[in-house]
Amino acid sequence: MSSKKVGMVSVGLTRFNRRSKETPKELAYYSSKMALDEAGITRKDLDGVIIGSAPDAFDGVHQKHEYLTDGSGGFNKPTMRGYVGGGTGVFSPIQGWYSVASGVHDVVMVTTEEKMSSIQPSAQAGFLTIFDNLIERPLGPNLVWIFALEMKRYMETYGIPKEHIASVSVKNKGNAIDHPSAMLGKNFTLDEVLNSEILCDPVRLLDISPVADGAVSFVMMTEEKIKEFGISKDDVAWVDGVGWNVDTTMWTNRDLSYPKYVEKAAKQAYNMAGQKDHSPEVLRKWLSFAEPYDPFNYKELHHLEGLQLFAKGEAPKAAFDGVTARDGDFPVTPSGGLLGVGNPIAAAAGMKSAELYLQLTGKAGKRQLSGDVTRGLAQAWGDLMQVGTVLILKGGRVD
Amino acid sequence: MDVRGKRLTLDEFMNTELSVKHYPEMEYNWATGVAITKFLKGLKNGKILGTYCNDCDRTVCPPRMFCEECFNPMNHYVKLPDTGVINTFSLAFIRTDATRREKAEIPAVIDIDGTSISPSGFLHLIDEDVSHDKIKIGMKVKAVWKDEKDRIGDITDIKFFELLEDD
Ligand SMILES: [Zn+2]
Repeated sequence: MSSKKVGMVSVGLTRFNRRSKETPKELAYYSSKMALDEAGITRKDLDGVIIGSAPDAFDGVHQKHEYLTDGSGGFNKPTMRGYVGGGTGVFSPIQGWYSVASGVHDVVMVTTEEKMSSIQPSAQAGFLTIFDNLIERPLGPNLVWIFALEMKRYMETYGIPKEHIASVSVKNKGNAIDHPSAMLGKNFTLDEVLNSEILCDPVRLLDISPVADGAVSFVMMTEEKIKEFGISKDDVAWVDGVGWNVDTTMWTNRDLSYPKYVEKAAKQAYNMAGQKDHSPEVLRKWLSFAEPYDPFNYKELHHLEGLQLFAKGEAPKAAFDGVTARDGDFPVTPSGGLLGVGNPIAAAAGMKSAELYLQLTGKAGKRQLSGDVTRGLAQAWGDLMQVGTVLILKGGRVD
Repeated sequence: MDVRGKRLTLDEFMNTELSVKHYPEMEYNWATGVAITKFLKGLKNGKILGTYCNDCDRTVCPPRMFCEECFNPMNHYVKLPDTGVINTFSLAFIRTDATRREKAEIPAVIDIDGTSISPSGFLHLIDEDVSHDKIKIGMKVKAVWKDEKDRIGDITDIKFFELLEDD
């Protein structure tokens, strides 16, 4: 493939809050401005802007990308919105990559934003609109239903104990203590997670990430521009691989124990990065860490298997045994994830993509992984359990 | 890293800080299309329909007008039994609006008998009076229909699925 080399040179994040005073546009401004300042460039240096945001129903503002344009630095510039539900926060930097790799733009701002506190009395009413309108909505579903149904099928297929799944909540909410944007960083015990309020068996309250308001931005540019702006290679993370894939909305015709669409997205990204061996042991050596999507604790495990990072049914025990702890053999979600930092949908996976940059450039503060951090993978998932998006970044001095 | 964003309490957000409220009322009238119209008419007549793809040699439910795999028309409708197998289920203590229920509803994915891929079925409910200890993935179930006069061509023409296992 002939395409330009693309580097991420900065990130910007807001605090993630259950309820923010700022409007969505003001949140987008905070993260976009921070990303520009960190990169040492200004709005006039941007050739294009990519905006990622999930269902308009949460904000009650239609065509949210047009509303968010000026807050994202896009006033009088080419802008576009990508939207694949929860998968958006990884898909938006992918769009940033192809805007630059294709030669269309040299420098882009990517801003992901979500404000979920506006819809009343809860975000659940907005989620109802994703279900099939003809034969599912008349049954009065709740978003948690489909997660509970998928989690139950996953546990049944591989004989997974709930303790193994609950350990992911303990790990991620604990990791989030060290994330400055986090809303739920806390050391919970396994028993607190296992005995939290039952919502839809087997899903309990602490199995779920908290809904939030927040924004995350990135600046991405060509190698030539990186040189021109005098940005050090130590402050760059290169896009190494990208992949995305989508299944149908007929989720009741799908194997719920294994996310095939994530496998396809991951293999696309590995192959693009030149990594043709997809066996778990090899991939876990090739990558320094991973940030798979964790809106629910079991999803982190389900996704690790789809990503080929663990064999089918084997991620839960590895998590329980500490393999995926921040100081484990293969760190997973050192950021604290959606479970701990919070889940402002598009910005949540944006935060995971940002964690790749921060870890690879040694800027992750107390969360910084020890040893050589050379390559990381972020993955997100969304719509009606059907989208997989994968981004692989490598360090600025890695060939 | 200095992150911004002012956190509001529920009371500040709802009462003491300025906010603007809006109560939209929207109504939709969705045409049910080619395949789902046949499916819903089938339900009105107490039948579960699927479609068969000649090219892929498979029967699927719910029926569709085209095969998403080979992308050819899927116009051979098949009457399926009103029995199936529990693919997965949950005990749901929350309603659509996230308010809590005392007694659980039991949403489930039912694989309909006579389909040729697994899973191939739809979202529905299991009898909520069934003892929670008794219900298991893989159990056989059967549709419990509304009275014929009350059926309108809707997924709710099936009241729920009941367990077929012996006690
Ligand atoms: Zn076919």
